[in-house]
Amino acid sequence: MSGDDLWYSLFGRLEAKALPFVRAWEHPTLSEFIGAGAGAMVVVGGIAVVALLSWLRWWRPLFLDWLTSLDHKKIGIMYVVLAAVMFTRALIEAVLMRTQQSLAINAPGIVAPEHFAQLFSTHGTIMIFFMAMPFLTGLINYVVPLQIGARDVAFPLLNSISLMLTAGGAGLVMVSLAVGDFSTGGWSGYPPYTGKAFQPGVGPDYWIWAVTLSSLGTTLSGLNFATTIYKKRCPGMHLMRMPLFCWTALCTSVLMIFAMPPLTLATALLALDRYADFHFFTNDLGGNMMNYVNLFWLFGHPEVYILILPAFGVYSEVISAFSSKELYGYISLVLATMAIGVLSFTVWLHHFFTMGQSADVNAVFGIATMTIAVPTGVKIYDWIWTMFRGEVRFTTPMLFSLAFLVTFVLGGLSGIMLAVPPIDYVVHNTVFLVAHFHNVIIPGLLYGLIAGYMYWFPKIFGFRLNERWGRISFVCWVAGFYLAFMPLYVLGLGGMARRSQALFEPDYRPWLIVAVLGAFLLLAALATLFGQLVVSIRQREHNRVPVGDPWDARSLEWSIPAPPPEYNFATIPHVDRRDVFYWRKAEEKTYRAAERYDDIAVPKNSWIGPIVGFAGAVCAFGLVWHIWWMAILGFLAGWTAVIARSFVRDTHRIVPAAEVEAAERRWLAQVAAARPVPRRLEVNSDNVGLAEPFPAPVPA
Amino acid sequence: MTGARQSSRSAGTAAARLGRPRAVAVALAALGLLPLGGCGVLDHGLLGAAGPVADETRSLFYLVCVILIFVAGPVLVLTPIFAWHYRLSNTRSAYRPQWGFNWPLEGFIWIPPAIIVVVLAFFLWRGTHRLDPYKPLASDASPVEVQVVALDWKWLFIYPKEGVASVNELVFPAGRPVHLSLTSGTVMQSFFIPQLAGQIYAMAGMTTQLNLAAHEPGRFRGENTQFNGMGFQTQKFVALAKTDDAYRAWLAQAKADGQTLDMTAYKILSARAVQTQPSQFGSVAPDLFKAILALDDAGAHAAHKKAGQ
Repeated sequence: MSGDDLWYSLFGRLEAKALPFVRAWEHPTLSEFIGAGAGAMVVVGGIAVVALLSWLRWWRPLFLDWLTSLDHKKIGIMYVVLAAVMFTRALIEAVLMRTQQSLAINAPGIVAPEHFAQLFSTHGTIMIFFMAMPFLTGLINYVVPLQIGARDVAFPLLNSISLMLTAGGAGLVMVSLAVGDFSTGGWSGYPPYTGKAFQPGVGPDYWIWAVTLSSLGTTLSGLNFATTIYKKRCPGMHLMRMPLFCWTALCTSVLMIFAMPPLTLATALLALDRYADFHFFTNDLGGNMMNYVNLFWLFGHPEVYILILPAFGVYSEVISAFSSKELYGYISLVLATMAIGVLSFTVWLHHFFTMGQSADVNAVFGIATMTIAVPTGVKIYDWIWTMFRGEVRFTTPMLFSLAFLVTFVLGGLSGIMLAVPPIDYVVHNTVFLVAHFHNVIIPGLLYGLIAGYMYWFPKIFGFRLNERWGRISFVCWVAGFYLAFMPLYVLGLGGMARRSQALFEPDYRPWLIVAVLGAFLLLAALATLFGQLVVSIRQREHNRVPVGDPWDARSLEWSIPAPPPEYNFATIPHVDRRDVFYWRKAEEKTYRAAERYDDIAVPKNSWIGPIVGFAGAVCAFGLVWHIWWMAILGFLAGWTAVIARSFVRDTHRIVPAAEVEAAERRWLAQVAAARPVPRRLEVNSDNVGLAEPFPAPVPA
Repeated sequence: MTGARQSSRSAGTAAARLGRPRAVAVALAALGLLPLGGCGVLDHGLLGAAGPVADETRSLFYLVCVILIFVAGPVLVLTPIFAWHYRLSNTRSAYRPQWGFNWPLEGFIWIPPAIIVVVLAFFLWRGTHRLDPYKPLASDASPVEVQVVALDWKWLFIYPKEGVASVNELVFPAGRPVHLSLTSGTVMQSFFIPQLAGQIYAMAGMTTQLNLAAHEPGRFRGENTQFNGMGFQTQKFVALAKTDDAYRAWLAQAKADGQTLDMTAYKILSARAVQTQPSQFGSVAPDLFKAILALDDAGAHAAHKKAGQ
């Protein structure tokens, strides 16, 4: 066996040049230094985290209390932490891209084309699969079981495996910064460009396996949430009594179950093309890239609604709570949500009106696309009429909701324009399209998730977030969005192609400069969000809300302590109508001890999730670099862990009734000692989470 | 008044300290100049329409914009009004915490959006058929046939009737329709001349079509908008609409160029490279476009040979 063969069998395609540091040494350009700097951040950051954990002696609690936990609340928090880390990276990449474009008008700028292409590919991939998806999955994880009166999700272990698979995919994207290159084919990875003939390197493989890990995790999450909502509702919690957030979570879960398989299939077939010389999507031997494009968007369009529906759920909760009023048009909202879910599978072709199909086909899909505007419009009006004859409080989550209503409509307008095929022909693939989808995703999804984070934060950690920092962050998010993306509409109408590393039209310059200012403002917005968290943690003793109802809200999650006990509910609630907590407060039937308490079984911690996630990432890394022994080892390790687990019988731990009762009585004593707070003082330290009865309910 | 004085004073200080970060000055200048100079950017796209297809698309765009006012208007008006009027500190506003349904209102929020969509659907159907990129343009003159091959990172234009070809320069007579047949010699690309017509994909082994025309002689920017690798941003071409005489002169000049475009020359041309200057070929091998199409579809090619035996 020659030295090369030995190297290949041990390390596959890995070589010294895969390291950005070596590349920067060989070609000392600014662009390579930026690449090496990013790689160094991953390495140094990783070492810093390890050192910090060792110094604080947090290894044991990190693994024993968190990573192995099957508690849906902790898993939810870990999802959001993962999203925050990935968000930071992807937003910095966005700023770098806009900086490059604003500098590179008849000039080289600072980022070379191959780096620029990796930037837009990782930015899109991360924002969708490793920022938005984990963020919303985390919120659903935390909130839905509490809202339906359940003690956990249907399959706690599967939940942990989903999280760890997603984290494994995210890890793979991070590793690609330090070892090798990521794909340059964008987040949609169209072949034949991403096929072996045109991209023989590791980039598309990193993309394929990162996305595969994430989509496996998401499919499992969807199954888990749907089962949870169907089977784990507390007595009396009929479907039509669920809070709207649960409805949107259900719809999103169903979409996940049906929309993720086309993506997994598309990436698997692309992998077969790349690894085994199949010809599904190649230029020659009967391959056809149009099949990939169809499969990808069969996933891609429902994905948009997977992302946005949970945020719609958050808005329903937030607007109702901060208008001190019942949600207007509950049934309409449920119907509209489900209609959007169904219609989302009928419009995928609008992503490629320009692929040469007949006018009839384009027109039918264009009309189907516009049809979605009807249920979406109904939702918007339902939220507006929820404020009607309410008492609106302008807390930060509510400000985000109002900014959403106004801004999202503009994104909807450009969406309807793009649904008209002849208009799409002239703005497709331009930055007009980029402006459009950021204009729906940022107000629609991101504002919603931030609003949800701020709304439920006191429930999750037991103290409120700093309101002043929240407002500063809000201003940055909104102003930053308008500055960053409104110019792109103009540029797109002016014919500027998306994904351009350099530009040759001086007329673009002023708009690109405004856009880059907006991008920096958005980065500042994220920084203030972290600043708010730090300040709030420091002030936590002043802002505690142990009683658990800081916003005088309406659904079950607010009826328990903040933070909630591991088992969520000391006694399983019984529900007799919608907005049950609101009515219990109105009838003064809250905060009472139960007649008797029972032992509660909670799932024991398990190492299976972290093992499967790590093994999945190892297998994927082996596949990327053709290190076959590593791929096989990772694959076998993951499955061995899962099979071994199926023989474990003792999977639950009992919390004795006496312990539950003692905790409940301590909390009830806190409630008895607490002073109710009126709504106008809800952002003061007077607010300990007990709401003063708001103007006596008008007899119905 | 005070505000005005202060701002003029601060502007004065800024001017006095020219050494301040230049980026800030450039940014402020850009913001100030946007309404004045920035709108030139729109002339490069649809709103600078210079041909019948783009004209009609622009009209459709304006029509849709007008209809959309009715979609956005109520939301943009009602949201701030309701939020402000029903704020907590306004003690004179009505409060009905248990009001959550009303039949007439349900009709109001479901029916008008549905009507707007029906209206839009009518214009959409009509517009999509009228502006079908495959539909020949109505004209007395016969269309100029051009075969387009997308390459990395350049465009090849073959004039089969005239027997010439050019790279990165699409020349055609103004006022006469142009019929394009497109394919790709490499990955998927998107052919786009913003001021003349919409875009269409070019894919290997397949042919797509596009019809366009220019009203007047002029010079228009063409581009590929589908990312295809490291030279993507430079893959622009010139669309030159000329008078009939100038077009004939250009053909003659191209013919005078001695080079021949056959399969060998095509193979050299299709190597991945950026070409900054346009170039011409004086003669083109017959059926080269068909040969390029078959080139990328070895399966069909093999089957074809078998059938011929």
